[in-house]
Amino acid sequence: MSRRTMVEAIRDALDISMQRDERVVVFGEDVGYFGGVFRCTQGLQQKFGASRCFDTPISELGIVGAAVGMAAYGLRPCVEIQFADYMYPAYDQIVSEAARLRYRSNGQFTAPLVVRMPTGGGIFGGQTHSQSPEALFTHVAGLKTVVPSNPHDAKGLLIAAIEDNDPVIFLEPKRLYNGPFDGHHDRPVTPWAKHPQGEVPDGHYTVPLGKAAIRRAGSAVTVLAYGTMVYVAEAAATETDIDAEIVDLRTLLPYDLETIAASVEKTGRCVVVHEATMTSGFGAELSALVQENCFYHLEAPVVRVTGWDTPYPHAQEWDYFPGPARVGRALKAAMEA
Amino acid sequence: MTDPRPLSFHVPAPAVRPGGIPDFSDVPIARAGEVRRPEVDTAPEDIRDLAYTIIRVLDRQSEAVGPWAGLLGDDELIAGLRHMMTLRAFDARMQMAQRQGKTSFYMQHTGEEAVSCAFRTALEPGDMNFPTYRQAGLLIAGGYPMLDMMCQIYSNELDPLKGRQLPVMYSSREHGFFSISGNLATQYIQAVGWAMASAMRRDTRIAAGWIGDGSTAESDFHAALVFASTYKAPVVLNIVNNQWAISTFQGIARGGSGTFAARGLGFGIPALRVDGNDYLAVHAVAKWAVERARRNLGPTLVEYVTYRVGAHSTSDDPSAYRPKTESDAWPLGDPVLRLKNHLIRRGVWSEERHKQGEAEIMASVIAVQKEAESHGTLHSGPHPSARDMFEGVYEETPPHLRRQRQQGGI
Repeated sequence: MSRRTMVEAIRDALDISMQRDERVVVFGEDVGYFGGVFRCTQGLQQKFGASRCFDTPISELGIVGAAVGMAAYGLRPCVEIQFADYMYPAYDQIVSEAARLRYRSNGQFTAPLVVRMPTGGGIFGGQTHSQSPEALFTHVAGLKTVVPSNPHDAKGLLIAAIEDNDPVIFLEPKRLYNGPFDGHHDRPVTPWAKHPQGEVPDGHYTVPLGKAAIRRAGSAVTVLAYGTMVYVAEAAATETDIDAEIVDLRTLLPYDLETIAASVEKTGRCVVVHEATMTSGFGAELSALVQENCFYHLEAPVVRVTGWDTPYPHAQEWDYFPGPARVGRALKAAMEA
Repeated sequence: MTDPRPLSFHVPAPAVRPGGIPDFSDVPIARAGEVRRPEVDTAPEDIRDLAYTIIRVLDRQSEAVGPWAGLLGDDELIAGLRHMMTLRAFDARMQMAQRQGKTSFYMQHTGEEAVSCAFRTALEPGDMNFPTYRQAGLLIAGGYPMLDMMCQIYSNELDPLKGRQLPVMYSSREHGFFSISGNLATQYIQAVGWAMASAMRRDTRIAAGWIGDGSTAESDFHAALVFASTYKAPVVLNIVNNQWAISTFQGIARGGSGTFAARGLGFGIPALRVDGNDYLAVHAVAKWAVERARRNLGPTLVEYVTYRVGAHSTSDDPSAYRPKTESDAWPLGDPVLRLKNHLIRRGVWSEERHKQGEAEIMASVIAVQKEAESHGTLHSGPHPSARDMFEGVYEETPPHLRRQRQQGGI
């Protein structure tokens, strides 16, 4: 057991997976010699050689398309898209190819690959380094979509994703790489070294896909969140002194309906929080699930707090980001309804 | 400073449209036997001319001539002829079956039979093709059961793909035939990825990617060439230039590059252009490219110059966009006829044997068709269950999908 940042935890997961299974290969833009712009693959090329970890041309389509071919061959590629915002050229390969290969070939060919990508804002990255495109993946049959919120989960979920026999989209909230950012951008962030979730077991372990975690037990209202928003919701609950139960979804698809429903049935109220734009966002799916499954337990309408339906702005970053003040107001609205 | 003159916008157009008289006299075609055969380890920059000519073996007298001739014996050539005749008979029956409402869709190969049939014979077991929808010759020449092909087309109870895929989108790992997507060009970069994996694992197997003239315009094509070039992937990258992308003539995708093969030159990939209606030439060039890949010399780009005689698919009517007589005017002739005449010239075939062969092949295709239809067609008889629709989306069906299946009463 040792304290690790999320970057170190991800690197550890890759290292362990590459050690345990020589079919695991890692590649992407700046991923090889340099070790990735966020340093998640640092040292892997030196340790495993250039045929296991290498740099690619700037072609997200090429990265994922080649990974599909490698996976069909029998390897287990874990590729990096430098920012989730750069994913779109690869979208056809993800949606029409990786996601459907098992189905359309009746299992003759499969695509056991992981596409890692840093997601979310809060780093003044503007519209091309800040997006949260998770709903574009959860809408696709055949994909699994994972968003860890801390180093412990990031390592265990990434190992589980690499070992999974279906394609997994692994979205890494970049604002959490170095510490549990709670949305108070004007305050220093506690480093993971001083946070209990920065405690990462050594060696191999998995966090199962499809299982949510209760981050904060409470009885007044359920908050459904993932990634950075888990800490924003925690801050909002503390600051409003509302006894919120915070569910960290961890895997968006397949989602953990059991945990979601059990919590909402207990509290009777639900606030859904994500950084992505609102309309047709994953929050809409969560709201519908709560309505379908918990209607007779609800004492208030489900409230959504999300990024606005605009491109991610640069200078107005903190007006866009659904911070603790907005989440706090939503908690109060859910309590007062 | 003078006033700028207005610009003008350029949209390429084919020489002739319906009602016109097809004329291919300005298409430069090398004489059979004329184009040199370099060693496979020749530097790409020394064979740039091969991207602009047409490698041909069979001449007008049906003789096999020149440095690319002499690779195949009588038996192999007769087998090749039978593969092409089988594909043509298969096409005829399946086209008719679609017209009879036994399936929703079909795509013929007419005029392009040599490309996939001859290419297949240059591969070894374990090699992997990433085909488009017009390479069923890879399956027929590769010994894949025709019954499985027909059952896939009929989406019946024996459909190996459980009714999930559009007709002709076959898949057979065992026969080195990667699942056809139906999205164009996506499989080209996957072929490169598969080949990279083989090299990474120090395997001996190679891959072959397939694409049409029209879809070379997709970014996937460009990505495939970049990756193949960068990592020297053991892959043969095939472009089947059949002149037509549905209604769009090849000039729209080709632009100003002269030939499709020439696209390889900027990537430092050896590029060859070959008569796609010449079984012997296709085989010889395929062998050359396969040997390059096998000897770890890297990728080769091959353009097969051919002509799509039939419609794009059963949903297409080419008389709306090209003269009906265009295929007859096509200067590279018919691949079946050309190989047949060559075999007669060699003295190992005859008109009589050919007629007899045609009849035998058609009878056996019809027999298989009867058997396939006894297992159902798209709209009648046994077919895959609705439950099959929910299987195989993931390795294990997740809870939300199980709930949907239950809600549907399936």
